[in-house]
Amino acid sequence: MSATSDFSSHPAARALINRHRLRWWEPLPWLLALAFYFIFPRYLGFGTEVLITVLFAISLDLALGYAGIVTLGHAAFFGAGAYTVGMLADNGIWTEPVTGLLISAAVAAAIGFLSGLVLLRTTGLTLLMLTLCTMGLLEEAANLGHDWTGGFDGLPSLNVPPLFGLFEFNPLFPKTQYLYVLGVLLVCFVFVRTLVYSPFGQSLTGIRENTLRMHAVGAPVRWRLILCYTLSAALAGVAGGIWAQANAYVNLTTLGLDRAATVLIILVLGGYGRLYGSWVGAVAYMALAHFLSQIYPTAWQLGLGLLLVAIALFARGGILGIGDALLARFARKKPS
Amino acid sequence: MSSIIEFANLLLGGLAAGMVLFIVSVGLSVTMGLMGFVNLAHGGFAMIGGYIIVLTMTQLGLPFVVALIVGFVVTAAISIVLERLLYSRLYRAPELDQVLFTIGLVFVMIATVTLLVGPESLPLTLPSWMQGQVNLGFMRYRTYSIVLIVAGVIIMLGLWLGFERTRMGAQIRAAVDNRRMAESLGININRLFTLVFAFGSGMAALGGGLGAEFLGLDPQYPLKYLVYFLIAVAVGGLGRITGVFYASLIIGVLDFALKLYIPKGGTLFIYALTILLLLWRPQGLFGKST
Amino acid sequence: MTEVLLEARNVNKNFGALSATRDVTFQLEQGARHALIGPNGAGKTTFINLLTGVLIPTAGQVLFKGSDITNFEQAERVKLGIARTFQINQLFRGLSVLENVYMAIAERAGAAPGMFGPAGSRRDVIDESMELLTQLKLADIAHKTIPELPYGRQRLVELAITLGLKPQVLLLDEPAAGVPSAESHIILDAIDALPKRIGVLIIDHDMDLVFRFAKKITVLVRGAVFAEGTPKEIGANPDVRAVYLGQATHGA
Repeated sequence: MSATSDFSSHPAARALINRHRLRWWEPLPWLLALAFYFIFPRYLGFGTEVLITVLFAISLDLALGYAGIVTLGHAAFFGAGAYTVGMLADNGIWTEPVTGLLISAAVAAAIGFLSGLVLLRTTGLTLLMLTLCTMGLLEEAANLGHDWTGGFDGLPSLNVPPLFGLFEFNPLFPKTQYLYVLGVLLVCFVFVRTLVYSPFGQSLTGIRENTLRMHAVGAPVRWRLILCYTLSAALAGVAGGIWAQANAYVNLTTLGLDRAATVLIILVLGGYGRLYGSWVGAVAYMALAHFLSQIYPTAWQLGLGLLLVAIALFARGGILGIGDALLARFARKKPS
Repeated sequence: MSSIIEFANLLLGGLAAGMVLFIVSVGLSVTMGLMGFVNLAHGGFAMIGGYIIVLTMTQLGLPFVVALIVGFVVTAAISIVLERLLYSRLYRAPELDQVLFTIGLVFVMIATVTLLVGPESLPLTLPSWMQGQVNLGFMRYRTYSIVLIVAGVIIMLGLWLGFERTRMGAQIRAAVDNRRMAESLGININRLFTLVFAFGSGMAALGGGLGAEFLGLDPQYPLKYLVYFLIAVAVGGLGRITGVFYASLIIGVLDFALKLYIPKGGTLFIYALTILLLLWRPQGLFGKST
Repeated sequence: MTEVLLEARNVNKNFGALSATRDVTFQLEQGARHALIGPNGAGKTTFINLLTGVLIPTAGQVLFKGSDITNFEQAERVKLGIARTFQINQLFRGLSVLENVYMAIAERAGAAPGMFGPAGSRRDVIDESMELLTQLKLADIAHKTIPELPYGRQRLVELAITLGLKPQVLLLDEPAAGVPSAESHIILDAIDALPKRIGVLIIDHDMDLVFRFAKKITVLVRGAVFAEGTPKEIGANPDVRAVYLGQATHGA
């Protein structure tokens, strides 16, 4: 049924129509990341880790921030992607980087889809526990299958051929790695951004805001969640795969509670349910961790714990949330 | 003949381990069923309790049973303070906030214990009457394991009587089944919850102390065993003490059996079994079906 | 001959030992203006939940246009054309009024699964949403988020969402409940203006609303049908009056 008038000038309609438009500050993180390449050539290894973590956190944000699926097991997909690249390279089956990422994504997506079918029938503590079990299952499998996975030691020194046959992955000077990861991050980010602003993304927000009402408007809630979870798993798989390629090794740390809990903390620290929270959280957390966690590990854990308690009680929106609140206060104080 | 002994060994060892799991996890099950609060720091109370119990014995020279009581009371008191000051602010909060808060809290607990006591595991010396073996007639078995089994059964019976026969137990059961209806009947849910939370944390402390001899006691305890507590609670059905009892025993025996027959794949098997079980019955073995 | 759209046959619902719904048989025709009344705890909301799939009957059948939908999920029934409002508003509180209605229309129009174009590019959904809001006199506040609205307007948004689904059957659970008397006319006017061909069932305690709106009334007491008839018959029924003796009326 077509409408008889054009409502595009109405403020509500305009807000919705313009929602996805690029804001002026959006290119900034990318420009800064590019500048980092030139300004800090000796920190590119650290920079690469940060960018990979941003991608991993974005994948979690899709499931957690937008669809409201609380999971402590997202490292299952990260590790699946990493081990896919690792096992293919180690056995000489496949080493080409870019297609390797696609295969990682596919494997992680398959695991995400199958586990989503089971897990998303449950909610709350049961769902959380099942995410831990799925991740634990994969971790144990990797630990036991040492013929393929290298067991406890993992797969050291993977052979990663030059990107497009031209750019070598040099572990001492990770210039290729950094730009490669930045490029992959850009592609994935564009994908997530498009998804978030689409009607599908809007329906995920609806599911998160009021699941009962979504059922009551005829939305196939469970299938939407499964699809979202699968896409989120695929992206986490890409992050894991690229981690294996950039580091040229794989081990069990890609699969444990430590990695899963850390990415959750990073996402919440930056601000979940918003595209750039992952950036802020990853940079802030990893910069702090880089300096503090090695020197004073127990104090670091204590401080982190207190920070999490404070966030849960007072600053649910993370750093970006605090930023919003400050901006709102500043806007109120400005003379009109 | 020896296979019966082997089987009995397995059964008794598994039951003993299961009893410890039950004692620690029962508090989590009831608080989860009553308030729907996802408390990932529950293992932290078991750890704190265990440390208090061991230190009471080694530093104050008190006997094991007295130390257990001290551990129960002090941990319960700590939990009341935490509940009134912090937990209670998050009862209506989204699940993610509860998860974040309890993860943060368990980090604080682990770091504090590491700073105060040290990162190594703390050894527990059992009292002499618990050491050695007891003659069961057809075989001799570790006294300690028998004590655990007996303690577990007594606690289970005590809890069951408390739930089924007392007024407070009835209130708890009503609130677990339907919180809003219980509130409209005039039951003070918040006060009930504080008591249940304190009791559950005290129980966890007891479990931490009782199980310290074979589960170990080190600052990583709460995270090391977190999945097991969660599995016991979810498989048993939230808020069902009989459920978490049977689930814990099954997990204990299964774990022992798997360590014996599939020494490497045991944990994997338990994960897979849990996933399959909850695929078939999402509400757990004893939970109410939706 | 008006078609029977939604039907319940000998529907029972037990919660353990509690019989919430006892052997209820009920029909809603096209164009119906039907009210369901009864004392508190009579099981009216439970019955709506059984009709909409929030609950599954312990025994009996629910049918839509003659087909058995007893075990259908909520979303499936919505796709058939059954929509409902909730006693307590179930809205998307962080979103604007427009976005709330957009959500419903996007589902109905099949736009919701779209992953690659921005939501704002579906002008057809936006225009239809704005038209609906204009009809309900909500257009001027379409850009506001739910918490910014007075409760009466929020209740109207709840109604707008269901109308966006273009239902054939509309079940309204206490549509004017909690609305201050100064604002209740906006709800009542909207109900009066509902498309004639929709079959509408209203639960309410406000007898003025019920008698103004209904052409047929069913009285539910302790989960069972107590009486059924035209407003005149029910109003004159001494047993019904006895059941309501001492029951205060809600609303205005």
